[in-house]
Amino acid sequence: MGKIGAAVSAVGLLGLAACADKAGAPRDLAGADPAEGLRLVRTQGCGACHAIPGVAWPQGRTGGSLAGVGARPMIAGRLPNQPAIMAAFVRDAPSLLPDTGMPPMPLSEAEARDIAAYLYTLDDD
Amino acid sequence: MLGGWPPPVLDPAGPFAGPVTVVAWVLFVMGAVVLAVVLIALGVALFGPRKWKRRVGGERLVWIGGLAFPVVVLTGLLIYGLSVTARVSDAPRDGEMRVRVTGEMWWWRVAYLDGQGRETVQDANEVHIPVGRPVVVELESADVIHSLWVPRLGGKTDMIPGRRNFMRLQADKPGVYAGQCAEYCGGPHALMGFVVVAHAEADFEAWRARQAAPAAASALPGAAVFGASGCGACHTIRGTEANGLAGPDLTHVGSRKTLGAGILPNNQGAMAGWIADSQGIKPGNRMPSYPVLTGRELRDLAAYLDSLK
Repeated sequence: MGKIGAAVSAVGLLGLAACADKAGAPRDLAGADPAEGLRLVRTQGCGACHAIPGVAWPQGRTGGSLAGVGARPMIAGRLPNQPAIMAAFVRDAPSLLPDTGMPPMPLSEAEARDIAAYLYTLDDD
Repeated sequence: MLGGWPPPVLDPAGPFAGPVTVVAWVLFVMGAVVLAVVLIALGVALFGPRKWKRRVGGERLVWIGGLAFPVVVLTGLLIYGLSVTARVSDAPRDGEMRVRVTGEMWWWRVAYLDGQGRETVQDANEVHIPVGRPVVVELESADVIHSLWVPRLGGKTDMIPGRRNFMRLQADKPGVYAGQCAEYCGGPHALMGFVVVAHAEADFEAWRARQAAPAAASALPGAAVFGASGCGACHTIRGTEANGLAGPDLTHVGSRKTLGAGILPNNQGAMAGWIADSQGIKPGNRMPSYPVLTGRELRDLAAYLDSLK
């Protein structure tokens, strides 16, 4: 199944535009800036817990690698990997998963969307 | 990573870094001139006309260029360099603000001193100073040789076990100035960063008053996790039972600019990552990783420490 097929089935399942195409941010993240997201990922220290393509150091081990996170069906193995959920999870993970070890991060909604947009560029292409 | 790191080394921001930068440029230019002269002489000796070759081959040139010239120039540069740096590194005078920074493997213990040299406030990994006046930093080491270097504010000065060296720092403008251990001290030496925060005078006094106060009693669940996990064996939180001295004082850790000695930004996420896996982030450092906490405990602990402003 190609990218179009994947996109069609995601739309069919959830009524959302999926992010199978790297060229544009998913519709839920319209206006979000992946480059700004990468800058935030670096300055917020996300690498303290995650190995993240684009971040040379640190490559944390606590939260698992984010390589290919954009293509994974689930977030943290528990939540559907949808852009709005990703943005909410980046900003306040415990509100979605009360037992997670990932603390809420001091980010605005717009900043969280930028970070989510960057994470969706990590799709193992 | 902290903004402004790595710090620019030829961009002084105070009167004690300025002369050091000038000395660096003078030495560089002198070295370049001497190199050019030597290369020209070498070119002449190899490819020049016979008459010129005879000149550069004479014994007189060796005496002048090889002995007299270096003695005069190097003596001059030595006197110049020492005269410039003497003001930077002499002992504290009456009325000067004093801070003791002790190099430890691989972080900095910081104590603010009164006029008699008694400790008034403890902190770690960053020094706060008022702008526009010199601050004497008393440099000691608890273990091996370290070297404190804040390039935009002052010269690099070694911390030698059993000795006390002095350096002066002064910032002309408020801001955050990055520093680094500049003497290899083992293992994670490269991850031994430092921060100087320069405040306007009134802001500095407010900061000092906050820093001197003990931590307020906390009802956050992370306070109990901190106690139960034994963190207090190595860390002090003034106002609580935690009174360990091996690691940094955490009384106001939530207000610091960085974690892990200048290497991570300070927020709950980085705090959680540091606690869970400090050995993965800074291999060999003296704080063990804590793979014994549940996700909720880890988060609570990070939230509690973040609340210690």
